Amino acid sequence: MNQTPNMQARQTSRLSRLVNIGVPYFWLGLFFLLPFVIVLQISLSEPALAQPPYRLLWEWVEEGLLQIQINLQNFMLIWEDDIYLYAFLNSLWVALVCTLICLLLGYPMAYAIATARERHRIPLLMLIILPFWTSFLIRVYAWIGILNTNGLLNHFLLWLGVIDTPLQILHTQTAVYIGVVYSYLPFMILPLYANLTRLDPTLLEAAADLGCRPLRAFMRVTLPLSMPGIVAGSMLVFIPVVGEFVIPDLLGSPGSLMVGKLMWTEFFSNKDWPLASALAIVLLGLLVIPFVLMQRLQQNLDEGRT
Amino acid sequence: MKRRSWPLLGILAFGYAFLYVPILLLILYSFNESRLVTVWSGFSTKWYGELLHNQQLLDAAWLSVRIAATNATVAVVLGTLAANALVRQGRFRGRTGFELLLMAPLVMPDVIIGLSLLLLFVAMQQTIGWPDGRGFTTIAIAHITFSMAYVAVVVRSRLAQMDGSLEEAAMDLGARPLGVYLQITLPLIAPALLSGWLLAFTLSLDDLVIASFVSGPGSTTLPMVVYSSVRMGVSPQINALATLIVLIVAIAVLIAGFTMRRGPNR
Repeated sequence: MNQTPNMQARQTSRLSRLVNIGVPYFWLGLFFLLPFVIVLQISLSEPALAQPPYRLLWEWVEEGLLQIQINLQNFMLIWEDDIYLYAFLNSLWVALVCTLICLLLGYPMAYAIATARERHRIPLLMLIILPFWTSFLIRVYAWIGILNTNGLLNHFLLWLGVIDTPLQILHTQTAVYIGVVYSYLPFMILPLYANLTRLDPTLLEAAADLGCRPLRAFMRVTLPLSMPGIVAGSMLVFIPVVGEFVIPDLLGSPGSLMVGKLMWTEFFSNKDWPLASALAIVLLGLLVIPFVLMQRLQQNLDEGRT
Repeated sequence: MKRRSWPLLGILAFGYAFLYVPILLLILYSFNESRLVTVWSGFSTKWYGELLHNQQLLDAAWLSVRIAATNATVAVVLGTLAANALVRQGRFRGRTGFELLLMAPLVMPDVIIGLSLLLLFVAMQQTIGWPDGRGFTTIAIAHITFSMAYVAVVVRSRLAQMDGSLEEAAMDLGARPLGVYLQITLPLIAPALLSGWLLAFTLSLDDLVIASFVSGPGSTTLPMVVYSSVRMGVSPQINALATLIVLIVAIAVLIAGFTMRRGPNR
């Protein structure tokens, strides 16, 4: 009948489309995507004694003549100097070990919460989230007092008579593992819990009716169906831990380097912005693979379910 | 029908002990007279007194709270827009890219976000003269960029679960789309907006690494002060600060739990 309201609605919907998609896209493009272009550019530049401490890639030599200079030495240094290679391998190793420990500890916890009585689930879950709301820095700091040579753990073990001399735990790789697992455990439990509560309990009943033992039913039914949760949780732990700075800095040994700490040192202490940028680019390249893998797997599983 | 499995409960108890013992020890030792962790020399609140007279720390805390509130407010707006786009706009061109871009800050290591944003700010200052120096604005922008992803996740799940019949009814009665959104949709997703705001606030208050990169002289945030005193070793003032933070969080959670329990009855 009357076309005006309809056209108006269409115009508003176009406007709302523009605002809803355009504004966040613009923000992320400007403050998340563009910075990486600049990091890449600076990783290819030369350090200089200037403010800011690098030389631009291009230079107008004279009217109409643009000179572009690309410096690959930062990347060659990372490849050739053992310190950097070691730091990357060590970071990946720490992230892998901690992801596995988080999974081994977090899966049974998520499973126990998901199978608890319904009125207990939310309080139990709140107790997992609660530490996340207190300061991360302070929770890592708490472990310094516990793991110190004359700290609480050593006193406790001496008192028990398990050990005769205090153990050196603080400033070792073990302390890093403890700190990382402690800080990232909620990130493993939450996606696992979300996944496990959505599982259809009739499937397990069917398996039991058909004579399947509980353990076997768990291995054949629950575990495969909780794969999306396992993948999501593992990636939420693995990816940020590779670049972790605070935990290795406060709890780790000065000798065992991780990339995040190395980048921090190159940037703040050595003022070598190009080298820090090159480290960031390599780290980003390493993390793109698990990130895309996670997105793909998640998408496939989402599509498979519906 | 349900049998309790004792090994499972054992692991659960161990997990909770692992999460909570360090925090409880911090609280306990914040009342210790002695500076040493292992010596209990009597109950005292002197560290709280020192904390409240530490002007550098108080200034930093005030700056952090202002940044966190600014960050949370802008992040809720941007995150909600992004959630609208993902739930309401169907398949649009560049949707995969949009989603990737939005979710990447959730897992991106802090050092990379911090470094890249600093380099952006330096380059922008050189070319267009803005931002002039670094401080409040640059830290807030950096925090908004990663907080909005968290807000988008929270609001998105709420929007996706929402029952659309109220909105349809309003539309049928002739309400304009914007009016429907403001009068029907926003009140319905208000709990998600509030938890998104609180989450963004906490994330900002907690960030050390990104703020260290993009802050300038004279803009030291609370985590930066805590970090520099923690690097010197165990400090009872930080124990007292931790206790105050835990107290505030516990009260906030109790209030939230109480109002949420009352919510559906109203």
